[in-house]
Amino acid sequence: MSTTPENSAATCTRTVVVVGHGMVGHRFVEALRSRDTESTWKVVVLSEEAEAAYDRVGLSSYVGAWDRSALALAGNTYGGDALVDLRLGTRADRVDRDARTVTTSAGDVVAYDALVLATGSHPFVPPVPGHDSAGCFVYRTLDDLDGIRTAAEAAIERAHAEGREANGLVVGGGLLGLEAANALRLLGLTPHVVEFAPRLMPLQVDDGGGAVLEGLISSLGVQVHTGAGTSSIAAQDDDRLAVELSDGTALLTDLVVFSAGVRPSDAVARTAGLAVGERGGVVTDLACRTSDENVWAVGEVAAVEGRSYGLVAPGYTMAEVVADRLLGGEATFPGADLSTKLKLLGVDVASFGDAMATTPGALEIVHTDATKGTYAKVVVSDDARTLLGGILVGDASAYTTLKAYVGREVPGDPGALVSPAGAELGADALPDDAVICSCNNVTKGSICGAIAEGACDLAAIKGCTTAGTTCGGCLPTVKRLLVDSGVELSKALCEHFEQSRAELFEIVASTGIRTFSGLLARYGTGTGCEICKPTVASILASTSSDHVLDGEQAALQDSNDHFLANIQKNGTYSVVPRMPGGEVTAEQLITIGQVAQDFGLYVKVTGGQRIDLFGARVEQLPAIWQRLVDVGMESGQAYGKSLRTVKSCVGSSWCRYGVQDSVGMAVDLEHRYRGLRSPHKIKFGVSGCARECAEARGKDVGVIATDKGWNLYVCGNGGQTPAHARLLASDLDDETLVRYIDRFLMFYVRTADRLQRTAPWLDALEGGLEHLRAVVCEDSLGIADDLEAAMARHVEGYEDEWKAVLDDPVKLSRFVSFVNAPEEADPTVAFDETGPRKVPVLLGLPTVRENV
Amino acid sequence: MTTLVNTPVPTAAPTVRTLVRPGILPAPGARLWVAACPVSHLVPGRGVAVLLPAGAQAALFLLPTGMIYAVDNLDPYAGAAVISRGLTGDRSGEPTVASPLHKQVFSLRTGAALDDPEVSLPTYAVRVQHGEVRIGLPLP
Repeated sequence: MSTTPENSAATCTRTVVVVGHGMVGHRFVEALRSRDTESTWKVVVLSEEAEAAYDRVGLSSYVGAWDRSALALAGNTYGGDALVDLRLGTRADRVDRDARTVTTSAGDVVAYDALVLATGSHPFVPPVPGHDSAGCFVYRTLDDLDGIRTAAEAAIERAHAEGREANGLVVGGGLLGLEAANALRLLGLTPHVVEFAPRLMPLQVDDGGGAVLEGLISSLGVQVHTGAGTSSIAAQDDDRLAVELSDGTALLTDLVVFSAGVRPSDAVARTAGLAVGERGGVVTDLACRTSDENVWAVGEVAAVEGRSYGLVAPGYTMAEVVADRLLGGEATFPGADLSTKLKLLGVDVASFGDAMATTPGALEIVHTDATKGTYAKVVVSDDARTLLGGILVGDASAYTTLKAYVGREVPGDPGALVSPAGAELGADALPDDAVICSCNNVTKGSICGAIAEGACDLAAIKGCTTAGTTCGGCLPTVKRLLVDSGVELSKALCEHFEQSRAELFEIVASTGIRTFSGLLARYGTGTGCEICKPTVASILASTSSDHVLDGEQAALQDSNDHFLANIQKNGTYSVVPRMPGGEVTAEQLITIGQVAQDFGLYVKVTGGQRIDLFGARVEQLPAIWQRLVDVGMESGQAYGKSLRTVKSCVGSSWCRYGVQDSVGMAVDLEHRYRGLRSPHKIKFGVSGCARECAEARGKDVGVIATDKGWNLYVCGNGGQTPAHARLLASDLDDETLVRYIDRFLMFYVRTADRLQRTAPWLDALEGGLEHLRAVVCEDSLGIADDLEAAMARHVEGYEDEWKAVLDDPVKLSRFVSFVNAPEEADPTVAFDETGPRKVPVLLGLPTVRENV
Repeated sequence: MTTLVNTPVPTAAPTVRTLVRPGILPAPGARLWVAACPVSHLVPGRGVAVLLPAGAQAALFLLPTGMIYAVDNLDPYAGAAVISRGLTGDRSGEPTVASPLHKQVFSLRTGAALDDPEVSLPTYAVRVQHGEVRIGLPLP
């Protein structure tokens, strides 16, 4: 009986049998034992090899040292753990799934509650004639290496007696084949490598990289035969092997090592009737559960949703997933990064991301240096902005940095990444004459100049260059330039608040402070300014359904929000009623026309499928809106940092190509999110088929119909730096689509910077699109319920801002031209109607008068 | 037996009577005083436009501090009468208004554009009589 309470057999109710004690099997046992604090599982491990789990990835290091203990994995015998029963040299011969028992090669029958298959894989030996001759080996276990060593030492003795060199042939020029070649070299043989593909390491590198690699490997004394198969192996009288290659080459070799890939060791699973994949491997779901709910598979024997992984890291992940599942968890296998970086025969090789440029439209940029023996390739997206993957041979020092940029936008010219001059990643590679602030025509050069002269915050740069003083859209870029120049940037919103917008949002949400003065008194200084007031107003509006002109909030709103209209260059306003999805009734259209006629407004159709009426004076706005509200129209919030439009194509109701009702969806979405205040404006598009007539991928939220539902794209922006929206989730049903958009929008509203649109927000988001997807689709932060509840409150509390103003005499009283002459038209407002269209006439600069 | 209850945080801010003071005192000399509006009509932090004789106009502001300022309503950068619709605040304590069109910031005290020594807004004298705000103009 055990002495420690957690090892008490009394609490132990279930048995898990682990078949296979390789690296992954061992990891599973460790993971389960460390998590199973209640000791609910007893573990029986069956290991075919007599050796407890060892570092198979480091197998080649066994050569020369010949010390098995150096490769043993820590804790691999579970000494002192009474709940683990490790049976070395014992195979699982048969699994009876009905009785839930395993019959071992020792004749024991072990009952299980859960069975974990971790049998790994075995080397594939091509069925060439003579493949089973003496002198043919595989390269997988310590025992295999011992066999190779014995044969190699005998061959060297024989060869010396005959006065020739001993050599060995490796079939397979992949990763493991090159390791085997190195082992033969260390044993004193001259290695030959035969690779059927036209290049070495065909899975990791392309032809160009393979050529450089072949040159480097050959210079180390390895004979490389690419594009050739092994036709036959025949034992000679002198104990050597005559090998014939498909290209006609005939070789005499002392031994052959097969390293032509591996096959999952799924024999036990097949006999037990478990589902196996087309190319072998036990098929599991993302929980690593096989077709039998009590049987799991991990590591190289598993085909997770049909896909096998030949690396150890994904196997470890699977082991953790199953350990979690056995303890009642919900873990799933998240997929694996197959990037690799290794040193083979002293040669650096790295391959990451979409190394083979299989992404449609992907572009490749290559730099080869024959004298130095280096090859560098990066794969970028069709717009040459996003790094997709790459290959490095000869010098892989850039691997870590480059890999970090996979899936991200590359600053500057991607060609610089592989150029010998090596523009360093992270430094903004825009040219000096690139215009950063297009409002005030300020170039990168002048901004960097100001930084060099000591401007060390945004205010200082604004002061000396005027960049970002107008629309502020370039401020994130200016910020990046500051950061790149090594300036530590304050996240302070302005001189009145040290906090960032996201922090203020959290403060408002958690403290319940609902006034600017209250927030300023507790968390800020001074009386506020044109930066923090609208920001706080937006946060207050995002977190409640109060009218934006209620109480103290009225004093915080920018002119647009204060008059619920868009200010134009002469101080008049434009009026945009909402037309959800671009729909409008004939009656509404007639009213719009009459209003335009009666008030002399210039009419223009907007890019967002609605109608803009220009040239209204402040005191005219209520009368205009009364008539619009009377025919059932409402504010379009064109003036707000909020949802603008949901553009749609006509969709399946009318269009012969449409596969979903895009108008219906657009109208529903616009009704749901109308009035939502956010860090910047938000635009949607909904297309009824893949032809994408609504241009949804240029929108913050793009919804595109598929046969099965909707694809959801996010973070597309027009503006100064256009960005295509990125695919967040596919084939969603209506309900899931809306739920994901709820979460996405609220997450953006909570965390974005002031005036930061969704594309730069995503760029700055740590973890990028993957993180966003995890938050929205997998609820990785556990906040999905909060986000959805916040959106539900918004939808519930929505009211038309204009109707509320018309119903409230106090709010209405502010819509006057002059406080002392409310009806008097502003005499400075004038229009020129002589040209093709009505345009405002501005006053010349006034003559400066003396202060009086 | 007593039950412990969290003391509710008071939600309504206490009412503060603001003492209104004109921010710009008139220079010596006789003036034409134009009536603008009752002080009670002003929203702290916001401005209104006031029509002056001969088509001129002023932007009149009441700040949360109780100070009243009047500057010219015409934005010298934009050539439009919009200053009264700008957001007020302070920069290092200096009371300011920002143009609603291109956000240039002016001192409410002096009318000077704070980022541009070349430009300034004319300012007007202000006084409050019997709860009425008046704007002072030099006699013609």
